[in-house]
Amino acid sequence: MSPSVPLQEMIRAIRSARTQCEERGVIQRECAAIRAQFRQADNGGRSHNLAKLLYVHMLGYPAHFGQMECVRMIASPRYSEKRVGYLGAMMLLDEKQDASLLITNSIKNDLSNSNQYIQSLALCTLACMGSAEMCRDLAPEIDRLLRASNSYIKKKAALCAVHIVRKVHDLGELFTKAARSLLTEKNHGVVHGAVVLITELCERNSETLERFRKTVPDLVQIMKGLVISGYSPDHDVAGISDPFLQVRILRLLRILGRNNEAASDAMNDLLAQVATNTDSTKTVGNAVLYETVLTVLDIKSESGLRVLAVNILGRFLLNNDRNIRYIAMTSLQKIVGTDHNAVQRHRGTIVDCLKDQDASVKRRALELSLALVSASNIRSMMKELLSFLSSCPPELRSQTASGIFNAAERYAPSQRWHIDTILHVLTTAGGDVRDETVPNLIQLITNTSELHCYTVHKLYRALLSDISQQPLVQVACWCIGEYGDLLLTGECQETEPVQVTEDYVLDVLETVLQSHMSSPSTRGFALTATMKLSTRITENVDRIRSIVSIYGSCIDVELQQRAVEYNALFKKYDHMRAAVLERMPVIEKNSQGHTNGETIKESQTVKVKPGEPQQPANQVQANAAFYTVFSIVATVTVYEKDGVTVTLSCEKQSDSGLTVTLTASNSTESDIRGFTLQAAVPKSVQLHMKAPSGDSLPARGTAKLKTRADMSEVYETKVSPVTS
Amino acid sequence: MQFMLLFSRQGKLRLQKWYVPLSDKEKKKITRELVQTVLARKPKMCSFLEWRDLKIVYKRYASLYFCCAIEDQDNELITLEIIHRYVELLDKYFGSVCELDIIFNFEKAYFILDEFLLGGEAQETSKKNVLKAIEQADLLQENIDFQMRLFAGMVVPNMASESSGLFQN
Repeated sequence: MSPSVPLQEMIRAIRSARTQCEERGVIQRECAAIRAQFRQADNGGRSHNLAKLLYVHMLGYPAHFGQMECVRMIASPRYSEKRVGYLGAMMLLDEKQDASLLITNSIKNDLSNSNQYIQSLALCTLACMGSAEMCRDLAPEIDRLLRASNSYIKKKAALCAVHIVRKVHDLGELFTKAARSLLTEKNHGVVHGAVVLITELCERNSETLERFRKTVPDLVQIMKGLVISGYSPDHDVAGISDPFLQVRILRLLRILGRNNEAASDAMNDLLAQVATNTDSTKTVGNAVLYETVLTVLDIKSESGLRVLAVNILGRFLLNNDRNIRYIAMTSLQKIVGTDHNAVQRHRGTIVDCLKDQDASVKRRALELSLALVSASNIRSMMKELLSFLSSCPPELRSQTASGIFNAAERYAPSQRWHIDTILHVLTTAGGDVRDETVPNLIQLITNTSELHCYTVHKLYRALLSDISQQPLVQVACWCIGEYGDLLLTGECQETEPVQVTEDYVLDVLETVLQSHMSSPSTRGFALTATMKLSTRITENVDRIRSIVSIYGSCIDVELQQRAVEYNALFKKYDHMRAAVLERMPVIEKNSQGHTNGETIKESQTVKVKPGEPQQPANQVQANAAFYTVFSIVATVTVYEKDGVTVTLSCEKQSDSGLTVTLTASNSTESDIRGFTLQAAVPKSVQLHMKAPSGDSLPARGTAKLKTRADMSEVYETKVSPVTS
Repeated sequence: MQFMLLFSRQGKLRLQKWYVPLSDKEKKKITRELVQTVLARKPKMCSFLEWRDLKIVYKRYASLYFCCAIEDQDNELITLEIIHRYVELLDKYFGSVCELDIIFNFEKAYFILDEFLLGGEAQETSKKNVLKAIEQADLLQENIDFQMRLFAGMVVPNMASESSGLFQN
């Protein structure tokens, strides 16, 4: 075909432009000329002009004024003009443009043209950009062509039908019969088209799927023909006969065999044959094997065949070609749940892939490795995962860290190992862990009382070397605040003890407080820890006093508030200080699961003494304390004065919900009328009080008044003192 | 297949075939981002990547990147074969194809693609048949062009071998 000279000249002119500006100039001139020519009468150069416009469009310049020209060209009797016109339609007219409807009639006419190449243009365009309306209009035509035309047209009509079905699902019914009969044709292109069409129909409609199950024997026959047949030059690719058709048939068999014993049985032998006989030295063979494996694993295949499939994937994992390794891991990921043991056998290779250069392969290997962690391999797997964490690409760090935490939580062989692992992650990838890590770790540490000494030593040492990783620093500060006294004893069973004085410990905390690397919440941790140490050390309490009073005028409001309160604790409520700053009890896992790090660090056990008035300023009451109290004590008397007694009993409803029943009784001689009970809770708790059973308390405790209240936790970031 | 893009090492688009309806703006955005992503990859890396919610299969032939976006259920390895088949077709047609051929004859590259893929699926699995169809279509175009030029008095009929061949089927 001779090249279009005007087009090539223009392309040359555009390419020789030296700057973007020059190029724009050339294109503007050309477009103006093209527009002028469009307006003129037919001059034999129309197809060249449209081709020029399409080139300009591909460079990214606007070309919408060519849309009508496409419509006109499609209607032209000349083949060269039709060809470019249809090309233009596919490039400029998508279904969202109104002008696309205008070509429906032309397409309809061209579909019945005596020349198959013109029919072909129409079919191609319809299949590429046909809107739902156009599809509805032209579906009967396509059906007709599916039945009565030559193979060249039939194969195109089949794929056009696929597009129609994708756009208008109901029209699937129309093509079912024709699709069935196309399977018996000899022409590969037609059979391929038929298989694609049947696949589409079966995926959309389960009834159609049932009907097409009957074709399984035919499909098996066709596959056998392809696999066993001798060399067929027309369709051979590196020794495989028509791999494109093979892959499509295997995919259709997968859909037909899924959840169906009979169909799966019928294809069992064939799949075994393909799996064993296909040459896997080139990509094309592996493409067929890959599809075979996917099919075997998805249908109800017998166990021998499944093992064969997983072994093929295992071989893929060892392939030099990175693409094949990637594919293998993607497939193994799909079956790691169902065929866990089979996949475990390849764990070594998968873990090796963590060291691959390619980020996609690394990601796959990570997901698969995390899925393969179990109680028996946790130690070795964790070693690999931790070493991966220190060198993995930044986009994978967060996922790796969470994966490691989950695995550690489920399979930790010992508490110490668990704590060590988490600390390792925090030192390596502290910036990429999720928010709940800090409270979770604190909870874990608190509950592992036998390791308090060990933990505080490790964290102290970690702080000495690096105070930039915020989660680690926060946990370390909290720990030192709680267990700092263990540091000062100079003894430790599990690890080398440090020889420090109280000043050294306070130095470390002060460094964190003053460092510009510390976030506001970290500084809060440090301040509270410093305060807690006032009851655990003996000599330097004055130093703590002065630190606390300095921060009373800190710009950060949160720190200031804390400092002021701690100051008050020193000055006015010194007698309560020891009790308030006592060691934390074991935290119940359920009730703490969702609280934010901020509130956990505030946890102080408040002893609720019955009858004592609440003091506002010195009670930094937190959710933890709230729940701790209520989960330990079942019924408590909260008010007893002038003969009126109010008791409170709690019942846990859920992880974050509690039902409290308040019972009031009157032991005086006269009835009390107009009795109301009011309750207030911290902002972090939601309270729903139900109506009381009455408002009068009869004398001498003859009857009691009950009020129920439901409390649930609200996730808040700040804790405010109880004020009533 | 949802779309196929051909672009050079400098990120210049040489061919774009879209099988899903998207606005011009969206197409430009996708093209720009995808081209950037693919060009950033190193030579020995995997040919497959996950981008947005699509599977992308790409392969580099000399100075051109061939990039396809396929559906979840599509076979990545066979897509590589499809790309390879298309390159073979171009090669056979242009005779040792290079990027310049595709630049200056872009409409033919499209015509060849449209004889190989239809609606995003392979329509003809025999290389020979695709090439034969293109050849015939080209002849049809030449035939009519020749007849037109003849009619307009621009060409004197010549019985030399080059022109006589046109009237034979």
